[in-house]
Amino acid sequence: MPRKHEGANVIRTRGLTKDFVVSKSNTVHAVRGISLDIDAGELVAVLGPNGAGKTTTIRMLTTLLEPTSGSATVAGHDVVAESATVRSLIGYVGQGNGAGHMQRARDELYSQGLIYGLDRRSARRRAAELMESLDLSALANRKVSSLSGGQRRRLDVAMGLVHSPSLLFLDEPTTGLDPHNRANLWDHIRQMRESAATPMTIMLTTHYLDEADSMAGRVVVVDHGEVIADDTAEALKADLAGDRVEIGLDDIARVGELAALIERMPGGRDVAVDGGTAIGRVADGPRTLPELLRAADRAGLTVVSAQVHRPTLDDVFLSLTGRSLRESENTGQTQDSSEAA
Amino acid sequence: MTTEMVTQSPSATVPAVGGVRKLIRDTHLVMTRELRPVLRDPFSVIFGMIQPLIFLGLFGPLLVGSLGGQAQSTVGDSVWQWFVPSILVMTALFGTTTVGANLLFEFQTGAHERMLVTPLSRSSLLIGRALKEMAPLAAQAVIIVAVMMPFGFDLYPLGALVGFLLLAVFGVGIGSLSYALAIAVRKQEWMFWAVQQTVIFPLMILSGMLLPLETGPGWMQVASRFNPLTYLVDAERALFSGDLGSSAAASGWLAALVTVAVGLTVGIRSMRRSAG
Repeated sequence: MPRKHEGANVIRTRGLTKDFVVSKSNTVHAVRGISLDIDAGELVAVLGPNGAGKTTTIRMLTTLLEPTSGSATVAGHDVVAESATVRSLIGYVGQGNGAGHMQRARDELYSQGLIYGLDRRSARRRAAELMESLDLSALANRKVSSLSGGQRRRLDVAMGLVHSPSLLFLDEPTTGLDPHNRANLWDHIRQMRESAATPMTIMLTTHYLDEADSMAGRVVVVDHGEVIADDTAEALKADLAGDRVEIGLDDIARVGELAALIERMPGGRDVAVDGGTAIGRVADGPRTLPELLRAADRAGLTVVSAQVHRPTLDDVFLSLTGRSLRESENTGQTQDSSEAA
Repeated sequence: MTTEMVTQSPSATVPAVGGVRKLIRDTHLVMTRELRPVLRDPFSVIFGMIQPLIFLGLFGPLLVGSLGGQAQSTVGDSVWQWFVPSILVMTALFGTTTVGANLLFEFQTGAHERMLVTPLSRSSLLIGRALKEMAPLAAQAVIIVAVMMPFGFDLYPLGALVGFLLLAVFGVGIGSLSYALAIAVRKQEWMFWAVQQTVIFPLMILSGMLLPLETGPGWMQVASRFNPLTYLVDAERALFSGDLGSSAAASGWLAALVTVAVGLTVGIRSMRRSAG
């Protein structure tokens, strides 16, 4: 297959599928035919509830799992036929802690350096460099088992970056961290990405909506092993969820008229009435609101309160699946296996 | 086309070395990484010796007493010459059958996954780990022998050296099997200890390691002939008495080499499948 030089797909999957055979009568279809193209320099968040197939997808792309069918090319190489080459080119931070608990922080970074082909001196220098930039220098001689959750996570990221990969996979990098440590880790990742000579491509999975929202240029929403949406966070929110407007009226009897006005606005839908308040979705809240207020005025309606809620990715997920992401967290697993034939 | 792609990528730092050279290089990396915590904390090796020392101190004297008049004919003139090699094999056995638990822990934490996603060859992950077991084993064996010399244990240096080597080869084989067991039961971890305990004690008792089988029933003596450990224990006793050329030593080597061949084959095969 001809390969473009610049701007070529760093990740390219076609019908990527993974079935787990649990028993003779029960096969879990973890990933069902995912086709994705990710370009160099993109930061892509894969979002979805537990059991949606996010981790399984990442594990196939990082050669940890062999696909049942379909194909995937990562950094220009097939994940099955050229798995060793793929491994040497990618950085990976898994869900667990990559560092051995009996090891010291610096030793682990040094070992990783050697593993990726650095000579002793370069490996030592690289370890020092990474510890410096990820705020680990003071912990260099500490045993991994004695590090806190946030410190271990930073060490994991450092280990994933030892060979300065141009492509980095992060599987739920901040799960289990408190908000302060999450923010801190993202700061570090952002810095590392920006300081790289060529912009690092990052594919991450998360079930924190705000992370996908603020970090990623592109959000791929996965549910039941399939991609159900793929766009920028902004576009997804505008297209799929829209902004929510909440308008309060002084006269409960006339709320119905107000609801009708909302419905007529661009993208107006899902309109409901709650006491003296009419709630609905519109395409562009900040622009629609003044227009809506003027229309209400013309109709002789007295507006007493007005609010615009920008949608969250949770709203996106809700409008895509009819379930909120949080509900799906609890039911995702069982739904997956009950659907399996 | 393929070579062009590799040279294009700035992060392709792994030197392109051929199969065997890469395997040796990777194995060395895995082994030195595994050894690092031991070197940083050498006292961990001492902890592994508490059990054998207890057996030497508390079981040894009882052995002579319980054998009574038969002691001379079964264990020979010096109980230590008979029992110290047993304890060395026992140390090796406990030290190496349990190593799979470390791997199970690394499955749990994610450290093993980290290694699987590096360019290290799968085989090296097993061989490097298994070879690493030789170092603490050798250290423990030397200390045990040194401790027992003042109590009348006679040292035959050459025999002892060959004995240590035999033990190391055997240990690599058993260590590999322990890792294979860990990989096989990684989704039901409790199984690891259940199997380890179920296997280790019958093997130990049926090897004549702790009590001479000569005083036991005939069926046990027959069963012991099918136990590779029997040949290893007999070989160690011969070697530590300076008897290098005996048929016992030869049988011991055969048993150890078969163990290491089976262990590495099964272990490497398991390691290759350990990612799923």
